[in-house]
Amino acid sequence: MGILEVKNVGKRFGGLQALGDVNLSVAENSVHAIIGPNGAGKSTLLNCLVGKLIPDTGSVSFDGQSVLGRKPYEINQMGISRVFQTPEIFGDLSVLENMMIPCFAKRDGAFELNGISSVSSQKDILERAEHMLEDMNMADKRHMTASSMSRGDKRRLEIGMCLSQEPRLLLLDEPTAGMARADTNNTIDLLKQISDERDITIAIIEHDMHVVFSLAERITVLAQGTPLVEDTPDNIKGHPKVREAYLGETQTAA
Amino acid sequence: MFGLTKRDTKLLIIVAILAIFAPFILNPFPEGSAMAQFNGGYPDLMQRLVIFGIFAIGFNILFGLTGYLSFGHAAFLGVGSYAAIWMMKLLTMNVIPAIMISVIVAGLFSLLVGWISLRRSGIYFSILTLAFAQMSYSLAYSVLTPITGGETGLQPKVDDPRILDGALEAGQSPRANLFGLEMGSSYELNLGSWVFTFNAGYYIAAVVMLLAFYLSIRIFRSPFGMMLRAVKSNQQRLNYTGLNSKPYTLAAFVISGMYAGLAGGLLVAMDTQVGAERMFWTASGEVVLMTILGGAGTLIGPVLGAGFIKYMENIISKINKSILEQWFAFMPDGMEDFFITIVYPFIGKGWHLTLGLMFMMVVIFLPGGLVQGGQKIAGLFRGKKASDDAADGKTTPAE
Repeated sequence: MGILEVKNVGKRFGGLQALGDVNLSVAENSVHAIIGPNGAGKSTLLNCLVGKLIPDTGSVSFDGQSVLGRKPYEINQMGISRVFQTPEIFGDLSVLENMMIPCFAKRDGAFELNGISSVSSQKDILERAEHMLEDMNMADKRHMTASSMSRGDKRRLEIGMCLSQEPRLLLLDEPTAGMARADTNNTIDLLKQISDERDITIAIIEHDMHVVFSLAERITVLAQGTPLVEDTPDNIKGHPKVREAYLGETQTAA
Repeated sequence: MFGLTKRDTKLLIIVAILAIFAPFILNPFPEGSAMAQFNGGYPDLMQRLVIFGIFAIGFNILFGLTGYLSFGHAAFLGVGSYAAIWMMKLLTMNVIPAIMISVIVAGLFSLLVGWISLRRSGIYFSILTLAFAQMSYSLAYSVLTPITGGETGLQPKVDDPRILDGALEAGQSPRANLFGLEMGSSYELNLGSWVFTFNAGYYIAAVVMLLAFYLSIRIFRSPFGMMLRAVKSNQQRLNYTGLNSKPYTLAAFVISGMYAGLAGGLLVAMDTQVGAERMFWTASGEVVLMTILGGAGTLIGPVLGAGFIKYMENIISKINKSILEQWFAFMPDGMEDFFITIVYPFIGKGWHLTLGLMFMMVVIFLPGGLVQGGQKIAGLFRGKKASDDAADGKTTPAE
């Protein structure tokens, strides 16, 4: 029984069957990649997991509890953090403030009316945020406005913000899309380090085969809204069906 | 001090000094001089400056921090005013219960309006709040006449019950007071040809404004304030960070509604009458202008914006053609007429035109409002000083 169980999930947009009949089980403390060609339904599946979309059929459960019908903030509070394709951070706030907000969410829950005490008096939050910034090697950037950082740094900050909540499952939606090779490799190293050092499950949607094969322990290949095959990276590489549906294209292209 | 940082304490003290010495600061010209019409140091205007300052401070907590642009805040000011006047009719002419009930009633009303309007964001939110305000205005004007007095509005009458006050002596009219100290009572100080007026009502309103300003600083610097800025910056990230943005925005909406109610209650305390026009959409628009003109999202901006607009409204609209003729009298006839013709549309009832032009200038050249203007000037001075210090000729850019 995995920490994340997706059973018979289907989602239709008008005439388009985006997800057919998806079954997926993500084992605890593993790195699980979901790959597939454009339009395979990867993003739709992810949106069903975090509460942005509600599937038409099937069930999604996290740690034995159904997530269906819950709002994104409730699902986050259950222990699922999401990293977006383009880094979603609080651009107008400082890097330190960006890091403090998830710490508040972890400590105080979804809503806390604390309008009188000053932010600087919240020593435990400050300490935690500073500590997390050091972990991310961003301590020197703490007073920068978040939007003025490079894309790689924004991604690093976003991952740090997610980690500061100590989630049990980290969902990443094409975390290296649009990144230069050096930034991509940095991100791979960071994710490797995270999965080695922490008790955390990582589910990653990715286009870049280099990223997938350097990180994933298991891979699910999605094509036209249904899982084609699920296996270890080595077996996936040689799988004829996968080559035909997906890898064949990239190999000839490369 | 007061749980504020040094910088914020300094700001609070500056505002306090400005408020205390406003009767001097606003009356720089001697009585009877040609410039005397620019004097703003009379009680009615000074009261309006601080009361609308409160209104704008509260509006800024919603608009400046969360970015939600309400076009219906005058409704809360109006509801607060009606609540206050009913307190004065039924209970007592003492202003304390009137002001307290105005805050409570406006808070409850804004809870209802906010709960519904905050289902949408952006332009749709603005339209919903505008619709609510216009409905309130129409209701107050027509259907609710028994409560609101309709077209004629409400004011305390001699034969109102006022159960806490004793019966009025014959020939006396009900006056708003604070434990006997009448709002209208003033002390005039004559210094040479200058006359300075110290008005009880003004100082009470100023104390309330300082408290309101202090509270807004605390909110700005609190975790709650940080969450509100996070709503403005990236609501999606906030929701995916396990935070429910709805109660945060609703709390900001209700707090700003209560500020508006407080302003409405104070308006009644100073001038005991209410009419429905107080809720008209132009009144809602005015507080938006004040906040943007002063600098949305800054602490002091809304106060400056409110002061600026109310001063302009009162002073420029007072200037008439004969005053213009006096000003340009030194010119040859043809030129005098020419200048009068050009300036005339901008004064008197045309003060909106002047305000509109200034608003356009500020939005185009100083998107951060008057506060940004002040910072630019300060930066200029600092830049000059820095380049003077640098003897080797290196200059530091003044940002």
